[in-house]
Amino acid sequence: MRKPLLAALALAVSTAAHADETVITLKNAPGRDVVMNNCAACHSLDYIQMNSPFPDQKVWEAEVTKMIKAFGAPIDDADAKTIIDYLSRNYGTGGPT
Amino acid sequence: MATRRSFMIGATLAAPALLRKAVAAEGLGLDPHLPAGTLSEAALEALPGKVPLIKLSYRPPNYETPLRYFNDLFTPNDAFFVRYHLSDIPEVDPNTWGLTIGGDAAAKPFELTLDALKRDFAPIEIAALCQCAGNRRGLFDPHVPGVEWGYGAMGNARWKGVRLKDILERANLAKETIEISFQGTDGPAFDKTPHFVKSIPIWKALDPDTLVAYEMNGQALPHFNGAPARIVVPGWAGTYWMKHVTRITARSTPEDNFWMKAAYRIPTGKFPLVQRFLSQETVASTPITEMVVNSVITAPAAGDAVRMGSTLTVKGVAWDGGYGITSVEVSTDEGQSWARATLGPDVGRYSFRPWTFQVRATSKGPLTLMARASNAIGQTQTSALIQNPAGYHHNLMHRVSVTVA
Repeated sequence: MRKPLLAALALAVSTAAHADETVITLKNAPGRDVVMNNCAACHSLDYIQMNSPFPDQKVWEAEVTKMIKAFGAPIDDADAKTIIDYLSRNYGTGGPT
Repeated sequence: MATRRSFMIGATLAAPALLRKAVAAEGLGLDPHLPAGTLSEAALEALPGKVPLIKLSYRPPNYETPLRYFNDLFTPNDAFFVRYHLSDIPEVDPNTWGLTIGGDAAAKPFELTLDALKRDFAPIEIAALCQCAGNRRGLFDPHVPGVEWGYGAMGNARWKGVRLKDILERANLAKETIEISFQGTDGPAFDKTPHFVKSIPIWKALDPDTLVAYEMNGQALPHFNGAPARIVVPGWAGTYWMKHVTRITARSTPEDNFWMKAAYRIPTGKFPLVQRFLSQETVASTPITEMVVNSVITAPAAGDAVRMGSTLTVKGVAWDGGYGITSVEVSTDEGQSWARATLGPDVGRYSFRPWTFQVRATSKGPLTLMARASNAIGQTQTSALIQNPAGYHHNLMHRVSVTVA
């Protein structure tokens, strides 16, 4: 069941996109498309910029793992590795510190 | 003494690197200690029904209130911060909205329309601060991941609604009831993501100050603040203040989901808190409960120019978890000496407490103001950040530097 709703509850159209999140541009580097295709399904990509550049590779790995294990994001192992590499190199300290 | 020295060394080292970002963020009044990525992506943007706020993320929407709005005791509805975990946020029609009260510990489950909620129970209005558990997360050093809030993930309002305990009374709760949980209409973009469901201990649910609110500051709740009704848990972190609430569940067992078992938890015993949520506590961690004692300086703004010889009026607000603010002190010498500010009107123990302080600008150059609040149970703001993995309960004394010329 997608959303357990009361019978009495009427919903108007979803108001997900108010402002224009298409202005967000991630750094052009290997892996960017994989990041955009997976991550933007559930949240805008400014979450990545906002959480930078302080995370080391372990922190980005923990974040991606949380998205998969806790939030159920359907990201396969190969994509997860690409995403962690991209984020660590472009929005992190580059490696474990 | 050590505190002052490390402050100054830190400031000297950090200054060149921060300079460019600080200029870019100047218009927003952002603290230069936020992550560099936050300083470059944050922007002033207006959601429907809101004035421009500091956008941290578009989807789900996380927008904070610029500090200057806290010069008013009550935060205007259209400037009130917006915080969501999940991105499917339906507009709810108040005419067809319904609230279901049930659960394994409710002998008499029932439903309420908005009209019935307003008609069947005595209305009550309480002034209370709603503050995100992670307010000021972005100022943690070292930084921790999450929404990188500055000072504005909070707002003070007059909440009108009905007592949760009056509603629960009608459900004929079992003696075994240990928690009351809440769910709203906002949900995830993806089926497998856990719905945002939060619980509070039964004793807090029965507190006469815990409400199901349908108005703030004399008006219907704005969409982005939980229309048509939300939970209000005065003194406690905003995570329990469920927006768009449609289901209240009486439980004989602890709520078991990501949002209770993994999120919004602090290391057990690390903070000087009184109220405990024992059915969710483990040796390692415990749910966040009441807010820690805290304050901000709302005027002057950082970087303001002050005329030499003039008398500067410093303004701010203070708050805690509901014990009551007893003093606010201000220092103009990096914390070596402190003088008492004048407290403004007391409109209730869960509200902002405004304060003012006068200082003469007697020497040219930078003037740094610091504020610290204390409460009725002897707690004072910390001078050394209490580290915790998720970046909650930041109550380091606020510093604002101006230039006397």
